[in-house]
Amino acid sequence: MESTGRLDHNSELSLLEFPYIIRWREDRCTRCGKCTAVCPTKAIEPSAMVQRIVHSDGATPLPATIRRVSHVIRQVRDIDRHCVGCGTCSLVCPNMAIVPEYNPNHKFLFHKNRGGVPYKRGGRRNDPATSTIDKLKFTRISMLTDPALDAGRHEFHIRTLLGRIPQAESLQMRVDGNRLSLADDGFIPPVREIFPIRIGGMSIGALSPPMWEGLAMGVAYLNEVENIPVVMCSGEGGLPPRLLKSRYLKYFIPQIASGYFGWDEIIHALPDMIEDPAAIEIKYGQGAKPGDGGLLMAYKVLKLIAKIRGVPMYVDLASPPTHQTKYSIEEAVAKMIQSVSMAWGFRVPVYPKISGTKTALAVLNNLARNPYAAALTIDGEDGATGAAFNVSMDKMGHPIASNLRDCYLELVKQGKQNELPLFAAGGVGKDGHLAANAAALIMLGASGVDIGKYIMQAAADCFGDEKNRCNLCNLGKCPRGITTQDPRLYKRLDADHVAERVVDVFKSAEVELKKIFAPLGRSTQLPIGMSDALAVSDQAIADRLKISYVC
Amino acid sequence: MCRLSAITASEYTSVMEAIMALDTMKEGHDGSGLGVTLKDLGGEFESLKEYPILSGICNPVGRKKIDDYMEAKGFKVKFMWEPRITEVPGSSVTKRGQYLATAYQYPDAFMDKSDAEKATLLMQTRLDLRRQGEEDGSLYVFTFWPDVLTLKEVGDPLEVGEFFGFDKEPLLARTTLAQGRQNTNYAIYLYACHPFFLQGYCTMTNGENTAFVPNRDYLLSRKFEGYNGYNSDSEVFCHIMHFMHKQLGYPIQYYKDVITPLKDSEIAQRPEKDALLLMKRSLRQLCIDGPNCVIGFMPDGTVFMTQDSKKLRPGIIGGVPGKYALMSEECGVDQVIPNRNKDNDIIPMRYDFVTIAPGAQEVQVWNQLAG
Repeated sequence: MESTGRLDHNSELSLLEFPYIIRWREDRCTRCGKCTAVCPTKAIEPSAMVQRIVHSDGATPLPATIRRVSHVIRQVRDIDRHCVGCGTCSLVCPNMAIVPEYNPNHKFLFHKNRGGVPYKRGGRRNDPATSTIDKLKFTRISMLTDPALDAGRHEFHIRTLLGRIPQAESLQMRVDGNRLSLADDGFIPPVREIFPIRIGGMSIGALSPPMWEGLAMGVAYLNEVENIPVVMCSGEGGLPPRLLKSRYLKYFIPQIASGYFGWDEIIHALPDMIEDPAAIEIKYGQGAKPGDGGLLMAYKVLKLIAKIRGVPMYVDLASPPTHQTKYSIEEAVAKMIQSVSMAWGFRVPVYPKISGTKTALAVLNNLARNPYAAALTIDGEDGATGAAFNVSMDKMGHPIASNLRDCYLELVKQGKQNELPLFAAGGVGKDGHLAANAAALIMLGASGVDIGKYIMQAAADCFGDEKNRCNLCNLGKCPRGITTQDPRLYKRLDADHVAERVVDVFKSAEVELKKIFAPLGRSTQLPIGMSDALAVSDQAIADRLKISYVC
Repeated sequence: MCRLSAITASEYTSVMEAIMALDTMKEGHDGSGLGVTLKDLGGEFESLKEYPILSGICNPVGRKKIDDYMEAKGFKVKFMWEPRITEVPGSSVTKRGQYLATAYQYPDAFMDKSDAEKATLLMQTRLDLRRQGEEDGSLYVFTFWPDVLTLKEVGDPLEVGEFFGFDKEPLLARTTLAQGRQNTNYAIYLYACHPFFLQGYCTMTNGENTAFVPNRDYLLSRKFEGYNGYNSDSEVFCHIMHFMHKQLGYPIQYYKDVITPLKDSEIAQRPEKDALLLMKRSLRQLCIDGPNCVIGFMPDGTVFMTQDSKKLRPGIIGGVPGKYALMSEECGVDQVIPNRNKDNDIIPMRYDFVTIAPGAQEVQVWNQLAG
């Protein structure tokens, strides 16, 4: 005989389908309610449960069974309210009564497409495996025949050049007596000397006010107090009007992307600018979501964002997948680089950023011939984003290591390895090895690297990881207050603390870079393309990157 | 660490002097090889100054290759010289083949060509022969240039000198570069032995060049046929000098600014700061990170010595007007020029670039910081 209620629950998911399962301890829980209040996805809720307990009251054991109703914390089994494993609940729990636990056997992606809407999220590619750049080691250690340098005593110059560098053969030099001088004052492309790790493009809007402010303050402090010339890209969406007119603008790289958001304000601020920006980045692609445009959800477009971007409040701000004015790299891209260069009187390096792709060499060859292209940034598949389809993040894109290496070796073939600097991004510091990853990419041929996700994790304790933890950036519900415009959330983030951590990160990265370069015996110039220092214990990777295999 | 021994003089000196100096520095090298390059030759070569001399080693197969190739190119033999080989039982030196230094007359078609065209011809001839030799190991060619002669062989430097019979019939030259090889991280391969030569530029060094790969890649990508080889990380020092002095036309002392550029703040103190800053950036990949002491000569016979900017390898210059020794050890200078005022010895430091013009009358120290 079948009961009146259904027993099979066939249309419901079991908790084992979910990526994170809440471990709640009844004996520790005080029922304060903080965890349920703070959960960004409402994945847990207070509930009631009937419990059968064996009870004895008298002086002698007289056990009896009683039933009572107790209050519990229950994980919901609605896929749209899945626990993202952020752990905010355990952070606020006064009694260590709750913690999410990763479920390696989950079937999340089988179900997260309700209503025919594919899964969208923030973060980076969900692949916790060690990346190629993390597998590279530095094996050319100076020993006896070639004394190593002392990272603590010798002077190191850990700087790189951003900007097109003229070939020595093309410099118009004159010899007067025994002394060189410049023959004329012809066009010399602008070049900036910067720290080889940059903060990549993350927009005001994608980031909360305290997060962006904290990054900006940290960058200014590093430049002005610590003498570490770190530069930071604005991402698409402009810069605060006061910053545009301040002397700090020189530490920033305004980004122009397919939506051109913020550029009306930037152009109008030009006459009032007292400093040139460090460079201008033209974003053609993003490693995390190649071929995708950007989208800032309407609820993030608050007053400040609307003003900076020059748009009405509370409207979705979509950037097209590609620049609508661009129909050929030979013409439109060259024109765009020249137009933007012209806006600043050719005093500012202008360079494109593309997604890692098999076609990177075609782009590179074109830029190599364009005398105004100041650099090329290539963003690999492990780059992060604030919002994208999961399929784009997980399956689209090109790993940075071989893409960069191919481009560098192509430049070597053309003799332009010093002329057109390459910057690499996408997964730098993914496992926490920021300096080592940066150094490895430099030795593969990069002039510098960009970081994004790493600085969120290190400076603002972003919960996100490659087991799809948190990754709520697209929803404006960031439990850390990093990628949200909700004041209730971003007030959790202290801009001063972020700035302090930014300074910590770059100071320690500089020390670590010295600790890498000193045993290699390099100190005067960045070891760009010094691939003989690299090795890997994987023959296929060694062959592909043209470095040595060790075991 | 290799030991370096160079002599520049107003009169011809015996190659054995430089080799004897190396012998005094014996503790520093393991005797795994000797390379000597002589410029401004005396003796039998004194009257042959304008004739390019092909220096190398070959077996009968190689000999035929050389003769056939040179004949096909139109070169005519002007004078043939071979060392008087003395093989001593128990010696560390093994005869590899025929050691030759043959002076040729230019092909008729080149007699009236410019120096630049002749220089290209000589380089291409040397490289063609080298390639032919690399196919079967039948021949090595080290230099092919007027008034320049090179010999290289594996073994203890003094024994190699005696093997070549220099103790009895020494070669004479006004400029001698000799290097006693410390075989460290490369197999003994004659093309990896110093001195290195390209179109009149010649250098030898002691130390290692940690920036070798970026240096090499940059030079290779200049698409200049002579920038090849690189069996030793030190070969780039010669080619960098060639590139910046011959190709770019920079005065000699800028070699220092290319291989060990100043900090930007230091460049700002130099009168030619604008040019220097651009040069530093454009030649960023020719910056070395030693340790290295570089000794060399230029096509005009100027001899120079300089150091890397941080680690510094030993290097000392001493002598009297008319004869100076540039050595990696003071005992070498003592051997060659014992009767000198040692107070005047010069030990180049990180900013110094030292030159001695032909005739060896004075030593000039150019300070990079002061410019």
